[in-house]
Amino acid sequence: MSKTSRTSITMPATAKKDSIIEIRAIAQHDMESGFRYTEGGKLIPRDIIRTFTCTYNNIEVFKADFYSGIGANPLIIFTTVAVESGTLQFKWIGDDGYEAVNQARITVS
Amino acid sequence: MRKQPFSFLRSIYLLLVACAFSGIVNAVPEKQQSSYALMSPENQAMQDDPALNPAMFWVGDGEALWHQKQGPNNKSCSTCHADAKKSMRGTASQFPKVIKGKLQTLEGQINQCRVGAQSSPAFPYESKDLLALTAFIAYQSKGMPIAVTENAANAAFLKKGRHTFNERMGQLNLSCAQCHEDRAGLKLGGSLIPQGHPNAYPIYRLEWQTLGSVQRRLRNCMSGVRAKQFEYGSPEMAQLELFLMWRARGLPLESPGVRP
Repeated sequence: MSKTSRTSITMPATAKKDSIIEIRAIAQHDMESGFRYTEGGKLIPRDIIRTFTCTYNNIEVFKADFYSGIGANPLIIFTTVAVESGTLQFKWIGDDGYEAVNQARITVS
Repeated sequence: MRKQPFSFLRSIYLLLVACAFSGIVNAVPEKQQSSYALMSPENQAMQDDPALNPAMFWVGDGEALWHQKQGPNNKSCSTCHADAKKSMRGTASQFPKVIKGKLQTLEGQINQCRVGAQSSPAFPYESKDLLALTAFIAYQSKGMPIAVTENAANAAFLKKGRHTFNERMGQLNLSCAQCHEDRAGLKLGGSLIPQGHPNAYPIYRLEWQTLGSVQRRLRNCMSGVRAKQFEYGSPEMAQLELFLMWRARGLPLESPGVRP
């Protein structure tokens, strides 16, 4: 069974063709670095998000690799060009079978 | 021009009357400041925008827990309290309060319901579930002024809380008041000392990388002055929390807040 968590996307629902739109994607995740120890001295295993991808009508427009240094509940703000109406899909994949998917629709005029 | 002295005097008189009345009717301490005002514009934006505020994830989790049926009685919070938007509006601004002779914090009351009505084990302090429910309930009071007042029931607890606030503790031999009252607005290391009002809890503290309760924050200060920390959920914690809420009365709740 794979783990998942809450995510949130903020982006405009409509845009003018060829305009630049800003997208904010945040995911709920502890981003356990793998460098910390418990009070009993046991190493806490790494549990982080490894990659984030955004596809725009099934074409990849943004991708980011995450590492141990990234804080909890990572927020990514990026831009893309509104080329056509359709769906943007966001996917976070991480350690221990973590996967979260979110979608947002945009109407381009 | 001849009327001016008269109207000037009259306006001063009116001002004095207004001050006197507001002093009696609404005895709110002057120059209260939420530590929100000391934050960077970026951190303020993170708190203000629900799409950026990480604490909103806990509010979402808390809402799910609110409706989750639990225990042998198969009861959820909503079975008794129905719609939290109505039933919990203003609740967080009144806690801690005395219920059946016991001083109860919001977290304590949630666990009281859980053990009593739901016949389920209490949530541990600082557990994700307890923080989520606390955040969800506190969120219903966002923007409302803190409404803790002194009354016959809580006077004794308030007195003890005030005593703790003013008492020196730990190897550094410092009281809460020495920093957060006498030196509020000055600097400790590189950061400004806030007045220490609990008006945004539970908070998403960037240093913690997670949500935390006011008691976690108080334990932070206690370990900072190298004092023995009060236990989570202890009567001493509740009394201190009560005094702090009373001291912050009138300040609008910002829950769930973001703090550096």
